[in-house]
Amino acid sequence: MNNPLLAVEHLSVSFNHRQTVVDDISFEIYAGETFALVGESGSGKSITALSVLRLLPNNARLNAEAINLQGDNLLKRSEFDLCKIRGRRIGFIFQDPMSSLNPVMNIGNQIEEVIKLHFDLTKEALKQRTLELMQQVEIPEAQQRIKDYPHQLSGGQRQRVMIAIALAGKPDLLIADEPTTSLDVTIQAQILALLKNIQQQTGMALWLISHDLALVSSIADRVAVMQQGKIVETGDTAEFFSLPKHPYTRKLLNALPSMQSCLMHSIEQKPPLLQVSDFYCYYPIRKGIFKRIVDHVRAVDGVSFDIQQGKTLALVGESGCGKTTLGKSLLNLIPGTGRVVINGVELNALTGEALRQQRANIQIVFQDPFSSMSPRMLVGDIIAEGIRALHPEISPDERKSRVRQLLQQVDLPEDSALRYPHEFSGGQRQRICIARALAVDPKLIVCDEPTSALDVSVQAQIIQLLKTLQREKGVSYLFITHDLAVVAEIADDVAVMYQGKIIEQGRVAEVLTQPKQAYTKKLLAAVPVLKMDG
Amino acid sequence: MIVLWTDALIYLLILVMLTLGLYLRGKEHIKRPLQQIGRSKIGMVSLVVLLFFMLIGLLDSVHYKPADDKQNEIISLLDDWATPLRDHGEKTYSAPFATTLYSKEMTALADGSMQWGYPRLEFGGRHLDDPETQRITDILQKAAYGFAQGAGLVVFFLVLLWGLLAEQHKRFMRSSTAKTVWAVVFVIVSLSYSSIYLSGYYHIFGTDKVGEDVFYQAVKSIRTGLVIGTLTTLIMLPMAIIFGILAGFFRGWVDDIIQYIYTTLNSIPGVLLIAASILMVQVYMANHEADFTSVIVRADTRLLFLCMILGVTSWTGLCRLLRAETLKLREMEYVQAASALGVKQGAILLRHILPNVMHIVLISVVLDFSSLVLAEAVLSYINIGVDPTSYSWGNMINGARLEMAREPIVWWSLTAAFVFMFALVLAANLFADVVQNAFDPRRSGNE
Repeated sequence: MNNPLLAVEHLSVSFNHRQTVVDDISFEIYAGETFALVGESGSGKSITALSVLRLLPNNARLNAEAINLQGDNLLKRSEFDLCKIRGRRIGFIFQDPMSSLNPVMNIGNQIEEVIKLHFDLTKEALKQRTLELMQQVEIPEAQQRIKDYPHQLSGGQRQRVMIAIALAGKPDLLIADEPTTSLDVTIQAQILALLKNIQQQTGMALWLISHDLALVSSIADRVAVMQQGKIVETGDTAEFFSLPKHPYTRKLLNALPSMQSCLMHSIEQKPPLLQVSDFYCYYPIRKGIFKRIVDHVRAVDGVSFDIQQGKTLALVGESGCGKTTLGKSLLNLIPGTGRVVINGVELNALTGEALRQQRANIQIVFQDPFSSMSPRMLVGDIIAEGIRALHPEISPDERKSRVRQLLQQVDLPEDSALRYPHEFSGGQRQRICIARALAVDPKLIVCDEPTSALDVSVQAQIIQLLKTLQREKGVSYLFITHDLAVVAEIADDVAVMYQGKIIEQGRVAEVLTQPKQAYTKKLLAAVPVLKMDG
Repeated sequence: MIVLWTDALIYLLILVMLTLGLYLRGKEHIKRPLQQIGRSKIGMVSLVVLLFFMLIGLLDSVHYKPADDKQNEIISLLDDWATPLRDHGEKTYSAPFATTLYSKEMTALADGSMQWGYPRLEFGGRHLDDPETQRITDILQKAAYGFAQGAGLVVFFLVLLWGLLAEQHKRFMRSSTAKTVWAVVFVIVSLSYSSIYLSGYYHIFGTDKVGEDVFYQAVKSIRTGLVIGTLTTLIMLPMAIIFGILAGFFRGWVDDIIQYIYTTLNSIPGVLLIAASILMVQVYMANHEADFTSVIVRADTRLLFLCMILGVTSWTGLCRLLRAETLKLREMEYVQAASALGVKQGAILLRHILPNVMHIVLISVVLDFSSLVLAEAVLSYINIGVDPTSYSWGNMINGARLEMAREPIVWWSLTAAFVFMFALVLAANLFADVVQNAFDPRRSGNE
């Protein structure tokens, strides 16, 4: 542990000579260790990684004393030399495996392409090496899959291919930039295990960039925390998590939702608000020239559940299990069949104008705060829209004062009404979306992963806001999420969904502590938990 | 006063623009982008140029029968103003600022003998005794005199304005954008005064085959260009927007029908449709001669139908773009949120879809505007464009085309049409660019 593999000294990066994104940071990575760089979005962690390989956009200015790779200053190397270092000595895995793979090239060719760049092999040896790599990243039936195209693979498999490509040059250092963010928890656990496994086999160093402290605690040897371009704390994992020194680190750790919080929820019974029974949502698969319906995709396959007044039901499941479809079809945004009764009104029997009038009962908050508001409408108009549509009798002045009141409720300044959505951060936008839903006084709000696009500290704030609103207004939530820790934080009841069916439901404390179904157990086991010693 | 069809439509257009402007004045969120346009130098300069073109077009759209009419002729305000230009016809080609014809001829001298040489022009440089020596100084003198007149006028108005303005507006007048705008106004007015004054004595852009002043032709063509550009767009826009958005939003049978219409329309060569409709109009006019007594009425009817048929054939491209964009937008979460809030479908279309496709509309309208002005030039080639008797840049280019092979080359018709067209299309493009930037909330503010 004497000579670092990579040593970055006094690195600064700024954009357009003004915005400083990375502010005078130094760190070392030693051979064979796992180094984790943790920070919230916009803290400059990805830019740090990109600047080591000099892959920054054109308007960025890089300033550093030295970036030494085994004593070799990368800053003094020409672009030509760097091309031989990228991929060969430093491998890189990006966040989104779908957009990092070329959709019209089969995966075998994409792996081969990188091997060819760095090694002079015969055709046979090349194929052999490709297969070897695919087996190393544990892609089953590598022999057959070598001709597959990216769209034929699942998200986890795609990320495995990306790892194989990064390993093709036999690098000394592998940089993984949020390698599991777009994956499900169970897959995430597999990929992390794989990375750890490969690291032990090859003895390379792993530089993990992540926003997820829990995940980092289970895999890293050393951790550095970045805040607004500065590294505020570095330390060995065990020491770091047991005795965080910097206030920012403590704040991050406190913001993490904990599984224990579910034990504190009250268990009093309330009358049911929403009753759903035998709900189906099928997509037809059409084939042939006459578009005959040959089969159905069973997105939601006969689910029944109740939500009590002023309570929260969490709907948990992995991506593709039909939880979003269920949420949207409750609002009739996607056609579904089955009995949906809210507040005594049978929604599925209504159409046209009658249905429109009942819209006020259920509202929705979407996952992506960027696409859920029209970029060309003022925030005030966005919030007022529901009032305008459902209560046309309210005068414009009254509407304005109502909007001001709503903005206050979600802790946004009053002058927000005259600004456009793009002027707000992700968390603030989510607040606007909540205000929009609240505007029509709904009984139930469907929250479709409202916090998954947000940083942990912002996530904690939004959850707090939702809880406060529930206390004040008695509104119920159907909280759709894949994050069990968030479930523990907010939900009273939980329903676990798997392939369109609800396989387990009950009180949150029961399901999370004594799961009955094997799938629920698997989900719980995959959740990264902070390893806190002491 | 006589109101031709296209005149009426132009008046209507201006009226609509004015009411729209008044209506939008009070809107808080429209004010900001407008202010941003107001601050942009390029935007204001191109707006001034556009307004100048529009003013000329408007002057040319007020038609009446002169009191001392002998030939049953209808003229416009612009014609009245440019009477010297209309009357100063030469025999044939003459170069800009020339005092002689462009080709040699046999002329009879005072003593009765014949001479082979360049004869003097009837009007261009008539006042000069010895063109060889006096011409250059005379041109410069007259140009400077006209320039001074225009400059004096602008300065006079500026001083007048300055005196009348309240203190708070004076601060606005001192901003760098206002200064640029005034500089441009100064240059435009002075230059046009200078050229107007000069064209009383010379043909500043030369004359064409039949000896008509090319400067006059180019100025008269402004109206034709504007009419074709704006009226066609106005006919095309509603069809493209309504059909495109409906097809994309409702899909199903609505989409099928609209797609059938535009693929069918697209598969018929546009030129064929245009030729057919122009021929029909001609036949109609021949059958109803009593209604189309004047040349200008006939030319106007043909122009109107040309606009219509160009509009009908050119909406498909934009419609297709809008359909695709709407298909994408209807799946956006803000559209779903709106329907969850019980917003009616019509309101979703108007408030969520339409504003978010407006950038596409604006870009393609400006591109179409330019290509329509150019299309008119191409159509004049095969004789199905505007009436050969009416002035248009297309007709000018078409006429000049035959002389391109001539040695020495006759370049001025083409150049004049090019300069005017270039200025109009460039100004429209730049202005649209600024407008688009200003109305895109994601881009405004970071200039």
